[in-house]
Amino acid sequence: MDALDLARWQFGITTVYHFLFVPITIGMSLLVAGLQTAWVRTGRERYLKATKFWGKLFLINFAIGVVTGLVQEFQFGMNWSDYSRFVGDVFGAPLAIEGLLAFFLESTFLGLWIFGWDRLPKRLHLATIWLAGLGTVLSAYFILAANSWMQHPVGYEINAATGRAELTGIGRVLTQTTTLVTFAHTLTACFVTAGAVLLAVSAWHLRRGNQADVFRPGLKLGAWVVVVAGLGTMISGDLQARVMTEQQPMKMAAAEALYSTARPAGFSIFTIGSLDGSEEYASLRVPNLLSFLATGSFDGQVEGIDDLETAYEQQYGEGSYTPYVPVTYWGFRFMIGFGGLAMLVALVALWFTRGGRTPGSRWLWLAAVAGVGMPLAANSFGWIFTEMGRQPWTVFGLFTTAESVSPSVSTGEAATSLIVLTVLYGVLAVIEVGLFVKYARRGFIEPAEQSDRTLAFAY
Amino acid sequence: MELTTVWFALIALLWTGYFLLEGFDFGVGILLPVLGRTDRERRLLINTIGPVWDGNEVWLIVAGGATFAAFPEWYATLFSGFYLPLLLILVALIVRGVAFEYRGKRDGGRWKKRWDIAIVAGSLLPAVLWGVAFGNIVRGVKLDTNHEYVGGFLDLLNPYGLLGGLTTLTLFTLHGAVFLALKTGGEMRDRAGRLATRLAPPAVVVAGAFLLWTGLAHPDAAGAMLAAAAAVALIAATLLIRVRREGWAFVATGATLVLAVFALFVTLFPNVMPSSLADANSLTTTNAASSHYTLTVMTWVAVVFTPVVLLYQGWTYWVFRQRLTVDRIPA
Repeated sequence: MDALDLARWQFGITTVYHFLFVPITIGMSLLVAGLQTAWVRTGRERYLKATKFWGKLFLINFAIGVVTGLVQEFQFGMNWSDYSRFVGDVFGAPLAIEGLLAFFLESTFLGLWIFGWDRLPKRLHLATIWLAGLGTVLSAYFILAANSWMQHPVGYEINAATGRAELTGIGRVLTQTTTLVTFAHTLTACFVTAGAVLLAVSAWHLRRGNQADVFRPGLKLGAWVVVVAGLGTMISGDLQARVMTEQQPMKMAAAEALYSTARPAGFSIFTIGSLDGSEEYASLRVPNLLSFLATGSFDGQVEGIDDLETAYEQQYGEGSYTPYVPVTYWGFRFMIGFGGLAMLVALVALWFTRGGRTPGSRWLWLAAVAGVGMPLAANSFGWIFTEMGRQPWTVFGLFTTAESVSPSVSTGEAATSLIVLTVLYGVLAVIEVGLFVKYARRGFIEPAEQSDRTLAFAY
Repeated sequence: MELTTVWFALIALLWTGYFLLEGFDFGVGILLPVLGRTDRERRLLINTIGPVWDGNEVWLIVAGGATFAAFPEWYATLFSGFYLPLLLILVALIVRGVAFEYRGKRDGGRWKKRWDIAIVAGSLLPAVLWGVAFGNIVRGVKLDTNHEYVGGFLDLLNPYGLLGGLTTLTLFTLHGAVFLALKTGGEMRDRAGRLATRLAPPAVVVAGAFLLWTGLAHPDAAGAMLAAAAAVALIAATLLIRVRREGWAFVATGATLVLAVFALFVTLFPNVMPSSLADANSLTTTNAASSHYTLTVMTWVAVVFTPVVLLYQGWTYWVFRQRLTVDRIPA
């Protein structure tokens, strides 16, 4: 492996890892804000209990999301300095705005929320969690605007003297369709993830008959959020697929391992064949579905990999412009499949708990608890698909991944960084999951009687 | 004024904010085992920065992001060139941040002890390395004609860079001790005050030597004046902490950091990263900068939102202005 491969592995590992925590943070901050609002408005004790319980789990998760975010910002410069030189003028702006507008808001007001229970008036304290939640959403928006520009560069021109991309329209970068559909798709996926956490933890407690006043509403809320946000993910994903087909047809072709242009094109649920999908022994196919996904019409034409490769070679010169098809093909299916499973689990949970019922089947509860892994897997495969499907480009049509890597970083340095961060992340994952499970299982605990002078919360 | 100069000043300001604020966070972390004799005392110390440390760290993220946006060449050269020190800083900040959140989440001496080590090491390492990094930026590093760093890790550990590291270490530790004297009550306040009194003279010597070396190596009138003012502020801090004027002493250590960072950036200007190989290879505010359009957009964003951030962050400090005492830490 050379420094390029190592840098790619590091980006993949650290980004997928970071994005295990981010959706839970975004979704849960707003769900907790909603629960606290319910408490402030109704004064019902169970909403306060729910706020405190879910708030604690949210914070355990938040810690890792924050610290791993630092790595994300640093590694553009550390491992991808030539990329940074090429795109800094365009890509740096949303990143800096994210810091100034979103991260300050999120971290400052979360500090106020955590420590402010006894310092701030009730409504002001409620406002702090909403502002922190707003910060997480803004952060998603700006970073996705930056990423969308890599998928579909707009609002720039190439400076002839320096050969670098320069920003000409910040408004276009922030409002292009790619940014908007990606934001909608990601944000709804965040709610699916957070809903699944509520659903899983509540199911675990309900099976044991613990604190039904907190966990029955928790289960309902979680399941409804998964279903509603899941529908949003499907709709936005559908829009996103059409945008993608128009802007990055190769990615759609690679998602289906479609080698020859077809009209209409079918969608394979799965295929048994060669790894890259060029040979096929058996498959389960839905006719015309890919045409619909890609174009919105059941007999639309979908371009194939081979034709696109020929066209790109004419446009960009000799080379391979085809992504690694096994990853895109299966990544696309796993994303959709796991997302669908998450919704199915939620629907089943709603059905069996309708009208105050509590089912006795152990398997049902187990499925609900295991359901938490579904959106996490769907999120990861979604990102792997969209980033791997853009290869060999970092900025589609403008700049390749091979050109992006830092020339001054040695293989040894890149390997050190990859190993250190992977090991550290692994250790932190074990600790985080351990704590999360511990606090999830403990349920809500009444705070012990303290004197008035004691802080309501302390580390 | 040129927009490139405005952004050079803004980035200087962001680093200043970072050192001013996370400086005392690092100090508190470093002093954790020194001042905190019992678990409850250590919790008291951690809780003085509990509500604010995360917001303080955002100054670093924004400084990095602003450098990326306004001076992409600087960001690219600096981050790829200072690869291993930055990796160490990342690891340190990761374990330290997690330690604050997780330390109290389980009972048991071993659990807490390990996180204490994470806090101390995670504060010590960046406190030294940021000084080493900035010392080397001012000193000049080996940049080739493509603005690529061609030196190694060990090149950064030269005497001047190391003195820079020692300077940030002593200044942050002193700043942290003064902060604790200001933010705690009872016995801890006295203990922190006494420690600060003892830490101040060596800080004067170390920081004075570093600023003097800087002035001699890079004669610059404005830089020299700022350095002198930093020295005066530091000496004032020494006296103020001795007479237990903790608030003013904190203003003085804060002013020392602000003035010292200003001195370094003024000395640096108009370079952002001078090359020690050839002047022509140096990165400057002009050849490292983004386009005029990007700088204009970013200026508007900064002008509108920086005051808002300052206001609500300032308000946080107002909300948590009370002194903390051991008896207020819940069992």
